[in-house]
Amino acid sequence: MAVIEKIPASGLIEKFPGGGIILTTGESVLKWSKASSLWPLTFGLACCAIEMISTGAPRFDIDRFGAGVFRASPRQCDVMIVAGTICVKMGDCMKRLYAQMPEPKYVIAMGNCAVSGGIFYHDTYSVVKGTEALGIPVDVHIPGCPPRPENLLFGLMKLQEKIRNEKRGS
Amino acid sequence: MAVDAPEKQVEIQKEALLEAARRLFSEGFDNLHCVTAVDKNDSIELVYIFYSMGSRACTILKTRLALNDLAVESLANIWRSADWLEREVYDLFGVKFLNHPNLKRILNPDDWDVHPLRKSFERPDIVKKTRY
Repeated sequence: MAVIEKIPASGLIEKFPGGGIILTTGESVLKWSKASSLWPLTFGLACCAIEMISTGAPRFDIDRFGAGVFRASPRQCDVMIVAGTICVKMGDCMKRLYAQMPEPKYVIAMGNCAVSGGIFYHDTYSVVKGTEALGIPVDVHIPGCPPRPENLLFGLMKLQEKIRNEKRGS
Repeated sequence: MAVDAPEKQVEIQKEALLEAARRLFSEGFDNLHCVTAVDKNDSIELVYIFYSMGSRACTILKTRLALNDLAVESLANIWRSADWLEREVYDLFGVKFLNHPNLKRILNPDDWDVHPLRKSFERPDIVKKTRY
């Protein structure tokens, strides 16, 4: 299969008629490669992390989407999957982890707790009301308590779609 | 106490706690399962659950502390497990443990001045909500 067919939604890649030359822009190839090898941070906060681990295991296999390389250091990561309830003390660690990630960086808020605080929204003294309450921008919200692995994969595909359609300077 | 003896609850004065605990330890209660507290509005009840590995017996000590005098002797020098359990009670109920080796908050942020499991705790705003 030609490379041209492997690069979806770029729209900027053309095969030169009658020859083996491919015309493209550096940017579209860059976006394609960025979206195809998202390295998540090994980072689980609560029960959603179990679903995230399950997504990484062979049955659901997040590796099919190029996002299977869970790195143990935030300095080698592209995406932080916030999987679980954010406690007040963990919030400080999370802000530091996010700051340590190199650009470009993306955040997936997985589960109701990471989206808005979930069942801990009212009258609790220890739970942060969602990832955005910490000042961390979220690219994809995945509701569910916990979301199924398929939902996480769908969220990941949405993030890839977002990366492929990024405008320069946005 | 025999094997599978029913759990025995003993309520004592707080001044007698250290003495009673030493006595229990010498009787073979080598395991302090749990230290917890109950807010009874007018007082705070401390609950200690002891277990004896040798005779498989369990006993419960209870003591009441007045709200204006929330201090009691620590058992951390007898059972090492009391160290963290008493720190948790201090964190969530504000009970001071005298002669404790390291009495500071264990779960909540160090700079808080509230004790969240007290009935009088009314600070749900301590964690800010997002404005959508």
